[in-house]
Amino acid sequence: MPERIMFTMGDIASAEGALSAGCKYFGGYPITPATEIAEWMALRMPEVGGSFVQYEDEIASITSVIGASWTGVKSMTATSGPGVSLMLEAIGLAVMTETPLVLVNIMRGGPSTGQPTRGQQGDVMQAKWGSHGDYQIIALTPASVQEMFDQTVQAFNLSERYRVPVFVLADETVGHMRERLVIPDEKDLKIEYRKLATGDPADFLPFKPDDDLIPPMALLGSKYQFYATGLTHDYRGYPTDKEDVQLELVARLNNKILHNADKIIDLERFMLDDAEIAVVAYGTPSRSARKAIKEAREAGIKAGMLRLKTVWPFPEDALADLASEVKHIIVAEQNFGQVYYMVKAAAAPTPIHLMAKPAGMPQLPHEILDKIREIDSL
Amino acid sequence: MTTTPPILKHPMLKYIREDRMPAIYCPGCSIGIVTQMIARAIDNLGLDFSKVVIVSGIGCTGRTSGYFKTGTIHTTHGRAVAFAEGVKVANPELEVIVVSGDGDIAAIGGNHLIHACRRNIDLTIVCINNNIYGMTGGQFGPTTEHGRFSQTSPRPIGNPEYPFNLVQLAASSGATFVARWTATQARRATASIEKGIAKKGLSFIEVVGACPTAFGRMNRLGDGLDMHRHFLKVAEIQNGLPPHEAEFDYDRRIVCGEFVNIEKDEYTAVLKQMQEKLRK
Repeated sequence: MPERIMFTMGDIASAEGALSAGCKYFGGYPITPATEIAEWMALRMPEVGGSFVQYEDEIASITSVIGASWTGVKSMTATSGPGVSLMLEAIGLAVMTETPLVLVNIMRGGPSTGQPTRGQQGDVMQAKWGSHGDYQIIALTPASVQEMFDQTVQAFNLSERYRVPVFVLADETVGHMRERLVIPDEKDLKIEYRKLATGDPADFLPFKPDDDLIPPMALLGSKYQFYATGLTHDYRGYPTDKEDVQLELVARLNNKILHNADKIIDLERFMLDDAEIAVVAYGTPSRSARKAIKEAREAGIKAGMLRLKTVWPFPEDALADLASEVKHIIVAEQNFGQVYYMVKAAAAPTPIHLMAKPAGMPQLPHEILDKIREIDSL
Repeated sequence: MTTTPPILKHPMLKYIREDRMPAIYCPGCSIGIVTQMIARAIDNLGLDFSKVVIVSGIGCTGRTSGYFKTGTIHTTHGRAVAFAEGVKVANPELEVIVVSGDGDIAAIGGNHLIHACRRNIDLTIVCINNNIYGMTGGQFGPTTEHGRFSQTSPRPIGNPEYPFNLVQLAASSGATFVARWTATQARRATASIEKGIAKKGLSFIEVVGACPTAFGRMNRLGDGLDMHRHFLKVAEIQNGLPPHEAEFDYDRRIVCGEFVNIEKDEYTAVLKQMQEKLRK
């Protein structure tokens, strides 16, 4: 399909990004503020020969997505915090069975039912630590309608490449804002697909990794027979309670992401080169920060921003480097402090100041500017 | 000199992962019998086994999928049906069979069961009902009769709850093929599983099984053999009986048969029609 231009909302841009990435299966359940993705998919999926299913709950939605992915179909779901809370057990299954899938979380106010129509960024730690056990996922944090599209495409590529669930973590403001969206010509998009099993089915070991730590995937209905289980399993996929297998498997599930962190992490450095005060932000607060930094520069304050376009795996090295470049770091996020703790761990002993706001209206540009001025006067 | 006679292999072993034998099941358990029923049903139908997908949840019956030599998945507790729906919608060419226990299907996964029945998606669900949570050591479940003893309803307390009748549940939720047998009626149950697989729609086959280790022991029902003999005694075959009359009284009368076999639009076929209508 040739290039298209739309004026649309972030949720719909994300759905279009999924379709451009080749997603052919959407399983979901209505929830504010992510419902527009399901609504868009309900019409668009049949148009592209894909399937949209509205399930009885989020648990069925995510589990069906795992099932669909094992047939070789790129699959996704979209929800918000309460829905993610219900999906967490299945996310662990997807991690353990190394199932590519994309989960778009349009983050709303919490805890609990919170403020469904108001944005927040309270699910950052949930995305990383929500399911039980030790694992790594990937989480992308778009800040515009265009990035909702671009990063949903990227989410599919990463999930296919690393056989891992990938979160698109967008706050409600990004999900619901309307902006210009350019959908590139399909031939200009780089689309990846999982590495598939090859060779003699008799010798096939479904969970034996290649040197890149990622096992080629066999699909349901193919000539390869296999057992995929959430139990700790050996290369054959067979359950075992052996300690060495557990240690190797858990290490590999983590390392296949951590060893590729430099290829996954996506950051924007904004006016940082000579900066003395750096704002670390992602999603909607980064839009306020951009304006505040421009105004600070006009006032002669050397401020800049490190914008996180990915939060997991966490860009520890970049934060450590930043800490050596600047005198102060401000973390502005729409929660009570989540990325803040990761920054503190990576960037100490540089002073790190938290601008926390666990509510719907993000930190406004003048509020961030005031904070920059306050720190500049220290 | 005499030659050693060749070791005879079970004819259904071609569907089974021999390197995973012996299975984990206790002596006297019915799950092995039902595993064989499913293998025989697949064999009788002459299905391309590589196109058969077997999905299980958690628990003793949840381990069943792992013994079949095809694409098999062991999902989270209660979610086998939801997983199977994703598989079937994404690739309707696959023959998708769910094998799970009563706790998995009717308690934690009860919501998925009723909604899959309502959608009438082409799955074959074989529920091995042993009246108890076996894997965790014998706690009462959604099919345990009132007053029965278990680890969480110990003597002299007994189960304070009342059970689901799974045939009634599936039928009233919209399943288009519903049957119940006990593990001792192997040929009839196999025939129903065959029909269920062939049926384009949701098929629910309950197979009442014995758990001598937990349910039998705590309710003094004897060993596995005694429990299977009991099934022969109390099973009453009433094909075509309205499902609401399919009584389940463990001690006295377990009504068996095929109760529902109706035609309704199948879900993935409806989705395909929508695609054809909208495809650009």
